[in-house]
Amino acid sequence: MIRTLPNTKRYSFTYGTFMICYFVFLFAPLFVTCVLAFNNSDFPSLPWYGFSLDWFVASGPERIGIFNDSQNLRAILTSFQTAFWVAIFSTIVGTCAAFLFEQEDFPFKNLLYFLMLAPLVIPGVILGISLLLAANTAGTFVENSFGIDVALFRPSFWLVVMGQFSFITTFVALVVSARLRKFDHTLEEAAMNLGATRLEVIWHITLKFLRPAVIGAGAVAFLMSFENFNTTLFLVGSKPTLPINLYLQVRDGSTPVINAISLLLIVGTFCLALVNLYFSKEKD
Amino acid sequence: MGPSMNNDLSVSNLVKKFGDFTAVDNVTFAVPQGSFFSILGPSGCGKTTLLRMIAGFEEPTSGNIMIRGKDMAGVGPNLRPVNLVFQHLALFPMMNVEENIAFGLRRRKVDSATIKKKIEAILERVGLPDYAKHQIGQLSGGQKQRVAIARSLVLEPSVLLLDEPLGALDLKLREQMKVELKKLQAKVGTTFVYITHDQSEALVMSDRVVVMNQGRFEQLGTPQELYGQPLTPFVAQFVGDNNLWSGEITEMSGADAIIRTDEGFIFRSRVQGEVTVGRRADLFLRPETLRIQPEDKEGLNIFNVTVKTILFDGANSRLLTVTPEDHELLVALPQNRRFDYIQPGQTIEVGWHPEAGVCFAAGD
Amino acid sequence: MVISKSSKAALWLFLTPVLCWLLLLIVLPHIDLLRMSFGGENDYGEHVWTLQNYRNFFTEPIYWNTFLRTAIFSIITTIITFLLAMPVAFYIVKVVRPRFQGAMVLMLLLPFWVSELVRVYGWMILLRESGVINHFLLKFGVVDRPVEMLYNDATMIMGLVYTSMLFMVVPIISAMESLDDSLIEAAHDLGSGKLVIWYKIILPHCKPGITSGSIVVFMLVLGNYLTPNLMGGKNSLWFTEQIYNQFIASFNWNQGAAFGFLLLLLSSLIIWIGLKLSRQKLGEVAS
Repeated sequence: MIRTLPNTKRYSFTYGTFMICYFVFLFAPLFVTCVLAFNNSDFPSLPWYGFSLDWFVASGPERIGIFNDSQNLRAILTSFQTAFWVAIFSTIVGTCAAFLFEQEDFPFKNLLYFLMLAPLVIPGVILGISLLLAANTAGTFVENSFGIDVALFRPSFWLVVMGQFSFITTFVALVVSARLRKFDHTLEEAAMNLGATRLEVIWHITLKFLRPAVIGAGAVAFLMSFENFNTTLFLVGSKPTLPINLYLQVRDGSTPVINAISLLLIVGTFCLALVNLYFSKEKD
Repeated sequence: MGPSMNNDLSVSNLVKKFGDFTAVDNVTFAVPQGSFFSILGPSGCGKTTLLRMIAGFEEPTSGNIMIRGKDMAGVGPNLRPVNLVFQHLALFPMMNVEENIAFGLRRRKVDSATIKKKIEAILERVGLPDYAKHQIGQLSGGQKQRVAIARSLVLEPSVLLLDEPLGALDLKLREQMKVELKKLQAKVGTTFVYITHDQSEALVMSDRVVVMNQGRFEQLGTPQELYGQPLTPFVAQFVGDNNLWSGEITEMSGADAIIRTDEGFIFRSRVQGEVTVGRRADLFLRPETLRIQPEDKEGLNIFNVTVKTILFDGANSRLLTVTPEDHELLVALPQNRRFDYIQPGQTIEVGWHPEAGVCFAAGD
Repeated sequence: MVISKSSKAALWLFLTPVLCWLLLLIVLPHIDLLRMSFGGENDYGEHVWTLQNYRNFFTEPIYWNTFLRTAIFSIITTIITFLLAMPVAFYIVKVVRPRFQGAMVLMLLLPFWVSELVRVYGWMILLRESGVINHFLLKFGVVDRPVEMLYNDATMIMGLVYTSMLFMVVPIISAMESLDDSLIEAAHDLGSGKLVIWYKIILPHCKPGITSGSIVVFMLVLGNYLTPNLMGGKNSLWFTEQIYNQFIASFNWNQGAAFGFLLLLLSSLIIWIGLKLSRQKLGEVAS
């Protein structure tokens, strides 16, 4: 049954086969996507017409590779910018939240903690529409009262950032809290005993200890933001992020340039994931 | 003892309650400048709470703490002129030795040139020159100990508090560190307040020791006084080893009492505290006060015991013996070859001087 | 530890951004959502408060049919995900040789770091009429006409299972890791069969992981738009699509808000029932 107990050959074989099938199931779509990026064909499908880098480097007029596809490149840039700001904001606020709920005591703490967990159970689509509505209400209110049209309240880059920030921060807070719970509080007492004020203790001791977790959470926040679709869908303005842009292309018929972008995304996220994993191994 | 300018630390009527539980119960003491003072007690006796109140991590329920004549009420732990060496040292793992020691100086905005000089001097003092750049993880247990002490001492505190810092070391190293700590304290002249549950640490290092039990002080005195003249049964049992008999007082003669033990021995012994004829009493007797086969029996309490086994432990060797009534007694066995003939099963005669025992009225 | 008076500053330093975040981006928008769902226009185009948006939901069969369909399919997807995740987690934690364990966990995690869109796209080029699988089926003569494998309920559910698998496997793995092998060995030694061991030892021990996995998976599936839309096609009838249509296509925000609020109610209700049934709290599940 388990590795320390004797197992029949058939049991081991069946179970092993099942696991192989499972991993094939996991990787098949990714693998096929990557392979077809190199097919010398106008459609992302078989048969195989030979190896080609057209969908990466071609510059038209019949085929436009990703490196010359200004629309997709712009979407990638937008996604990078969005993910950058979301990662920064959610890491800062998420770390604050971790400190708040792990180390401080104040009235209504449980209620606030419950609120912080809420984004875990609110579907992303709902987050998106409610933020869209609220921004619209706020925008209308400001315009009617002060006669100013604030671009921030219309679907735009910063609204997307706020929408993604609103739920990614919860994940950061949970990751940092978990690490903070392992922190030896006598270190804080020791620092205080050596003359440090509360804020100095946090800056010099606690944050130093949390650094790997904070960096890891920041990386995850970056990825979550880069890939987010459901919340972004309702908030996006004239500058679509990459997933939105890809969605529109996939919906309306596809070319292998999507495979090329997917390949870059897969390679990029694998690298980031491995680096992140390496660092989180390091800290233990 | 009132607060005086010659006392680095004076504590009066200090009480700490956690709900219904009284952790520290009306404690008063003073520590003279430059002395090594130990608080000795079993775990849970309130000594750590007492120390944490002095360091400022706990607020006293009542009473006050004065350091160099200044009342510490309302002074935060980061502003008190005391430093604490933590039980598990609490060295900052993300900093190296130098950064650990510099931490407190940096908080005081000392300039880097002075910091560098002070670090060098203190590392020299604790016997770790050239260790400035080492990571904490690279140090041995004893070296970590010294870094922790250096980190506190470099701030030149009025009082250095030590919370069982030797507890995590293995036996051999602990013995060595005891001697070193005492030498270090003599050298730097800082007042040390040391808490421990290990009576040997307290006895070896301290100028004065207080024995604490259930939040109260049992006895305060020099190590010799605690060992030789325990004032309470708890001290007699907790400090050093003791053999114990229960019995009844049959007669008082001068400062001594005659006690008849439950198994029928009649002994003459010194008395501590109120003891009256007819009362139940406990008699404590240290293993080394029992003399084996005494030649001069004049004035001694003499009786026979059977050797059950020999507990060989070098200079600290003992005989585990039993009286005819099967009451176990430890008898010190001097390693001067005189008693090499003693074998398990043998019956031997032992004797002790009435001044060596101490008799307390038994509790209810 | 004593919180000294100076730490009030620290409290406010942490509290302010967190309060801003939760009030401005979570609480207020959802209050606005509720408010908007009661809004409407009368015949003269003036704004009025009305229950019409909710009435529409109950009177139009297409709406509540879609709603029920979404709920039931989400539950089915969660159950299938659980049934698949359990043996996978068990294999990785308890069966495979320890030196392969790390690599397997890594392999398990990697695909989920990739954008959902890319993964769904991968399935599309595998399954569609001109897709890779059809190519091979034709080539080996299994079928003589390409079969459309996309745009049906089974494929959609498979896609949803695929997309949310990770959020079930990871909590179950971490719950299972704390299960002592010797408990299973002892049960085996005392003569229990495999089924008994699963029911009496493994499942009860993994309950916290199963609960949190199920909640997250259910929530993600219920609120998913991408996978049903791309893999289920025009007939997917997923409730988030109704919301999207109201917002983007019909521009009827009041109706969309009502739908959104209903979906939020549904997800909260089912999660609440799940927590009650497993006797757990949301806080425990989150950590």
